[in-house]
Amino acid sequence: MNIIIVGDGKVGYTLADQLGMEGHNITVIDRNEKNLRHTMETLDVMGVLGNGASSSVQMEAGVQNADIVIASTSADETNMICCLTAKSLGAKNTIARIRNPEYMAQLGMLKEQFGLSMTVNPELEAAREIARVIKFSPAAGIETFSKGRVELIEFRLGDNCLLAGKKLSELHLATDTRVLICAVNRDDEVIIPDGSFVLNAGDHIHITGETRDISKFLRSIGENEGFKIRAIMIVGGGRIGYYLAKMLDDRGIDIKIIEINEARCEELSDLLPRAAIVCGDGSEIELLESEGLEDMDAFVALTGFDEENLIMSMVANHKKVPKIVTKTGRFKYVSLINRMGIDTVVNPKMTTASQIVQYVRSMQNSVSLSNIKTLHKIVDGKAEAVEFAANGNTRHLDVPLSKLSLKKNLLIAVLVRAGKVIIPHGKDSIQKGDSVIVVTGGSHHLRDLNDIFSEE
Amino acid sequence: MNYKLVGNYLGKVMVLLAAILALPVIIAIIYRDFEAIRAFLITIGILVLGGIPLARVKFDDHKLYAKEGLVVVAISWLALSFFGALPFYFSGEIKGLVNCIFESVSGFTTTGASIVPDVEVLSAGIIFWRSFTHWIGGMGVLIFLMAIVPTAAGERALNVMKAESPGPSPGKLVPRMRQSSKILYIIYLVMTLIETALLLFGGMSFLDSIVIAMGTAGTGGFSPINGTMALYNSAFCDGVITVFMILFGVNFTIYHLLLLRKFAGALRNEEWVTYLGIIATSTVLITINLTASSVYETAGEAFRYAVFQVASFMTTTGYASIGFGNWHAFSKNILFMLMFVGGCAGSTAGGIKVSRINIMIKECRRTIGQIVRPRAVEVVKFDGKPVEKSITQSVCQYGIVCALLFFATVFVLTLENLDMESTFSVAATAINNVGAGFGIIAPGGAGLGGLSALSKLTMSMSMLLGRLEFYPIMILFAPRTWKRV
Repeated sequence: MNIIIVGDGKVGYTLADQLGMEGHNITVIDRNEKNLRHTMETLDVMGVLGNGASSSVQMEAGVQNADIVIASTSADETNMICCLTAKSLGAKNTIARIRNPEYMAQLGMLKEQFGLSMTVNPELEAAREIARVIKFSPAAGIETFSKGRVELIEFRLGDNCLLAGKKLSELHLATDTRVLICAVNRDDEVIIPDGSFVLNAGDHIHITGETRDISKFLRSIGENEGFKIRAIMIVGGGRIGYYLAKMLDDRGIDIKIIEINEARCEELSDLLPRAAIVCGDGSEIELLESEGLEDMDAFVALTGFDEENLIMSMVANHKKVPKIVTKTGRFKYVSLINRMGIDTVVNPKMTTASQIVQYVRSMQNSVSLSNIKTLHKIVDGKAEAVEFAANGNTRHLDVPLSKLSLKKNLLIAVLVRAGKVIIPHGKDSIQKGDSVIVVTGGSHHLRDLNDIFSEE
Repeated sequence: MNYKLVGNYLGKVMVLLAAILALPVIIAIIYRDFEAIRAFLITIGILVLGGIPLARVKFDDHKLYAKEGLVVVAISWLALSFFGALPFYFSGEIKGLVNCIFESVSGFTTTGASIVPDVEVLSAGIIFWRSFTHWIGGMGVLIFLMAIVPTAAGERALNVMKAESPGPSPGKLVPRMRQSSKILYIIYLVMTLIETALLLFGGMSFLDSIVIAMGTAGTGGFSPINGTMALYNSAFCDGVITVFMILFGVNFTIYHLLLLRKFAGALRNEEWVTYLGIIATSTVLITINLTASSVYETAGEAFRYAVFQVASFMTTTGYASIGFGNWHAFSKNILFMLMFVGGCAGSTAGGIKVSRINIMIKECRRTIGQIVRPRAVEVVKFDGKPVEKSITQSVCQYGIVCALLFFATVFVLTLENLDMESTFSVAATAINNVGAGFGIIAPGGAGLGGLSALSKLTMSMSMLLGRLEFYPIMILFAPRTWKRV
């Protein structure tokens, strides 16, 4: 597809990188020549210099033939004008990043009037992601498939975990649940395990299954037992903090927000009457201690400074807070942070980009033969979990899985058949209409379900 | 420096060269030149034996930065020049390895200066190969590689394209690099075929028309005959060659825009308007001068020869339609200046390029204005858009480097103790990839065969420098390129 991305910031660059890699023709528009030149030198994309909201610039970028125009500049209004212009010049679909909470209420109207196919709010997406992670307290990360029916959960095996030292083939006997361990991250190396694989304490494991089966599994291995998050401390009362607090408040969790700006504190206390708002500098450790950091079930660092967020989270880790989430804007090396004992890192820009990529993929499926439904990059992007739709073109339908020869480093994790989740065994087979979730650790770049079969 | 990556690319280029050598083999088979077939096959064997292991070098680091881009291009071109010379050498049709290398460099760089005293005795396969190097070298070998090998360059291919294609800021036609390269080569191929057909129609033999078409397309200038185009004695063929020389000197982006029916965008391009303006003005001046100095009897005749020579020098092709050694100094000097102007950026032509000249003149005007009114702020505009300071700066530096290298070439050539006209035009013809000139290289002159090996190698270096726009070759000799820090 022909995709135009307006705004060559971090989101724009990430989108250009990912979508370009998936075979789309990308044109990037930006006003900053330096940024644009860097993008053109590192990615196989075309760059157009100028104001992306102006029609002449859009024409130069070929908006008439664009399938999707993505407006990801930092200004909501620019993004809206940009999409409006693109739509009237003939672009088929438009996606705008709209982040101002004041516009959220009229989003439906905006979408209709401006002809937007999708809007993304980075802060809201980030807050949703954090809220999801907090739901399963031991989980470091959660992704969903099949409209939320199947979840993929990452967590670290604690030092005295029941699973340590167990073979995967023994797992079912030990736990009696229907989940699958589909990827293991051990010392920065991704392993797609088979039955003979032995788990160690300290491994980061990814498990797939239905939500309730995963809860059951976690309880049975003692990870979730008697532990429910009841009190949470959030440092930084910005937009993410507000959205998050709102979501958690609805779940009945006690919330304490630490915010440095007095005016903002007053606003928050007006918006979130049940939350405790503390005005102070969250990077002062004494303040955190005096506000009872040690008694918290979870700690979320959301200030605008990566460094402060990291330091605060390390303090929380030191104080043995069970669940810690850190926001970062720039830091890419998540595994480095993980090694410091901080399990969950959220990057709003990446979240935004991956939301948009998901949308583009689903659109792609409706126009082409590629049958990817969902794709999540896991383990720092070293592995992929891909959901495919099995259709008439899929080879080896109805052949038992044990008889199939699959590519190396690849695993069929879950089958979803008519809304029912199946953790497949050797006797199961792929049938037409199934959703097939595949986890791969190699650089296979699966684009079609048929790509999973080895050619011999 | 990512040596593995450079090695891998070199290997791929060698295999590609082996593959394209199949074409002259076919020609040689048609014309039954068994000596030439043997020479081509030996060369192919060497390329395959050396290239395949190199192309199999695995490089884990896919990063192709600006430095690697430049080095890949420079090394590939050095390798092409050497391996491209082997068929001449093994067939024995050109004596001496230095001569063979000179001929090969002259071919790939689309210069078209020859050391062969009698072209007509060469076998068909060799004549074809000589001109085919023009065709490949004109658009660029690595761009060709990118067009046909899917994973040849990956995401950072722009660094290679930048180093290989002429002009200050080569742009892509479409978002995908590979698609861009393909479109360029298809336009190039179709235009070449049209010219071949027209020349056939004009009465040339099959081999002559294809050789001349390839020479025109790459703005090279190797010819299948010893004399000038006067031999064909056809105003029609002269006209066809003139028009196509001018067409191949235009930025290929224009053709892409025309194909997409974006006429407004094509018209807005300042460069080719300037380019046509220079050609028209020079032609008019020379026509008047030649008529006034009564070299030709009628203005019509003067025009016919003036426009051919102007197009040939300006696009750095180097064909001649008549002996111009006896022309008035005024006309000859115009042709000499045109050598340095060259064609448009993004075409197959050599020289400094019209866009650079245009920006340089504007920058000079701006500087003079600045001296008169020191506080005045004025931006240099090109194509109606302001040009960034860093670009005007690098354009002006380009002019300086060109002048320095020109005089360095002259410096070595003066050891031959030729007359100044010959020395200057030989140096200018090499660095601007023209191929024609005055004095010994004028039609009917003594030719380059008598020069020393030193002069021939210097000229070869100068041609490569000119074709790749100096920097890729120059950085090979900069110690900093090879240091780790």
